[in-house]
Amino acid sequence: MANFLSNIADWVNERAPSMMPVYRKHMTEYYAPKNFNFWYYFGVLALVVLVNQIVTGIFLTMFYKPGAATAFDSVEYIMRDVEWGWLIRYMHSTGASMFFLVIYLHMFRGLLYGSYKKPRELVWLLGMLIFLALMAEGFLGYVLPWGNMSFWGAKVIISLFGAIPWIGDTLVQWIMGDYNPADATLNRFFALHVVALPLVLLLLVVLHIFALHEVGSNNPDGVEIKKKKDARGIPLDGIPFHPYYTVHDLVGIGFFLIVFAFIIFYQPTVGGWFIENDNFIPANNLVTPAEIKPVWYFTPFYAILRVIPSKGLGVFALAASIILLFLVPWLDRGAVKSIRYRGRGYKIALALFTITFVLFGAIGAGKSSEWIPEIFGPTADVSGIEMHFGWLLLAIYFGFFLFLWVYTHFGYEKTKPVPERVTTHD
Amino acid sequence: MTESTRIKIKMTMSHIAAKVVTCGFLAVAVMCAAGVASAEEGGEMQSAQTNVSNVTSLQRGARTYFNYCSGCHSIKYMNYARLATDLQLSEAEVLKSFAFTGARIGDQIVTNMPAEGSQQWFGKTPPDLSLEARAKSPDWIYNYLRSFYVDPTSTVGWNNTVFPNASMPNPLWELQGVQTAHMAPAKGGEAAHVEKLEVSSPGKQSSAEFDETARDLTAFLQYVGEPAALQRESVGVWVILFLVVFTFLAWLLNNEYWKDVH
Repeated sequence: MANFLSNIADWVNERAPSMMPVYRKHMTEYYAPKNFNFWYYFGVLALVVLVNQIVTGIFLTMFYKPGAATAFDSVEYIMRDVEWGWLIRYMHSTGASMFFLVIYLHMFRGLLYGSYKKPRELVWLLGMLIFLALMAEGFLGYVLPWGNMSFWGAKVIISLFGAIPWIGDTLVQWIMGDYNPADATLNRFFALHVVALPLVLLLLVVLHIFALHEVGSNNPDGVEIKKKKDARGIPLDGIPFHPYYTVHDLVGIGFFLIVFAFIIFYQPTVGGWFIENDNFIPANNLVTPAEIKPVWYFTPFYAILRVIPSKGLGVFALAASIILLFLVPWLDRGAVKSIRYRGRGYKIALALFTITFVLFGAIGAGKSSEWIPEIFGPTADVSGIEMHFGWLLLAIYFGFFLFLWVYTHFGYEKTKPVPERVTTHD
Repeated sequence: MTESTRIKIKMTMSHIAAKVVTCGFLAVAVMCAAGVASAEEGGEMQSAQTNVSNVTSLQRGARTYFNYCSGCHSIKYMNYARLATDLQLSEAEVLKSFAFTGARIGDQIVTNMPAEGSQQWFGKTPPDLSLEARAKSPDWIYNYLRSFYVDPTSTVGWNNTVFPNASMPNPLWELQGVQTAHMAPAKGGEAAHVEKLEVSSPGKQSSAEFDETARDLTAFLQYVGEPAALQRESVGVWVILFLVVFTFLAWLLNNEYWKDVH
């Protein structure tokens, strides 16, 4: 058997001699720091979810019928009459939410350990482009079941383009192909969701990984392992990605899949967070849902719109909140990467930023209308309090980026000494 | 300072963070499990306590549904054959007891009431109930069914505390009897509102019996909303057991390899 396999390998090598070096470069001779911790699982988990979305998505397209008159019915057909259709659909809908969950944690890891800093700026930029593409993909996919929240969500989000001066209204009609989200909108969103954006996503993911493998992975100590090599030129703190991290990741993937399976089989809607109740009502342009809100993964950004009364300003702030994330590698001038050795100011700022992001998520999900009366009594002015609290959060969100630059550019940060070699490993 | 406290203090940021994330996730899961009921308006929503895997409950619910609801409401995403399979009834039984419209076994379950007519009669065509339990939640349906009261000021003569000014008269009044409302007068900035509902003329069932009827009917609509739920929960155990074994083996494999890493 082993002989047979090596014969095949030889056969391929003779005909495509450049393939084996590629495999070595990215797997068996890609030296990753040996001290990866919990936070380093989310990259591979994102890849697992991406594969899940593509495979389940292919099966869904076999039965889903785009079109305003057919979409909703075809989803119910999948849920009821297609063998294992419910499983495929729940894997896809749960996968969408889990994709964002792992991506948010993956990005947070970058902020924790300074993974965006030189020489990894390009890795961060490509990652941010993936995040943008993923947001577009998630939004388009959410419209496809053509439930009432799909319809109204699409209407609200597309209308944001109307805030662009001069061309706004024309642009909105051009995107929808109608005066409302309608049959034409649904068909083009289907095309974009299943063909265009998956291609973009896959390309960006490949580039993200290639860019990473050029410079090597960062680690929880923020130490450049390439600076200390042995006689053969192998980093002293590096271990081959395959087999060490492939088996390591397998454990993480196993845990992740247990959570994933639990949601699919026992809580597929997660109490209206992953699949919203209003989306079980067919799209209806005459009946507005009691509260129009996006799925949880967009609520932090949606909250920015919600707490800014002016639409133009809100859209501008929304765009800025994402663009600033792209710029983090240049805003942060600090030489020390890992939070383990950074100044107290950065730790506090990152904690506040994270709390703000979560609170924005709660506001965007409409939690304030439950929480404010509980805290301030039933007669409290919910929207007023929400708005003023929201401004405070806006100040923290945008203040984080300003602070980051001032703190590091003018040398206010008091860092701890960074060790020569990595300190721990799990 | 003891050795153990020193070790605890030395726990790295990542370990703490890992726990925070895990706890956060569990908290979210628990919140969500309880979330649906608490998210509803009204405040005093009672839990429906349905059990979709109880087939006799579903059968009783189906009987109530076809006797009292199917005249006006469709459940178009269901067909009679699927009902026979899932409710463990023969096709002949289903046709005899449920198919009052003269439908055949493979037909969708739709009402014979013409949509244009009902639009005129009720002001609104009675909605399809296939996904009602998913759009509103089982608790909502259970409480809605129990909250009708006589209200001479409304057009249909009935009103409902869960869904004020509903255009449906109480379909189950024969069973429940007639409820009347005790109104709390307007005071201190609060408008007059229903304080309590009381059965003023009893129906065929006692209050406890009617609660069971409402529960069974809710369970039936919950099943209709997601027939796959029966299969979903029974398959899930095996998938998760497999994954636990898989993860355990992966962990052993990982330990074997990582013995070399120092």
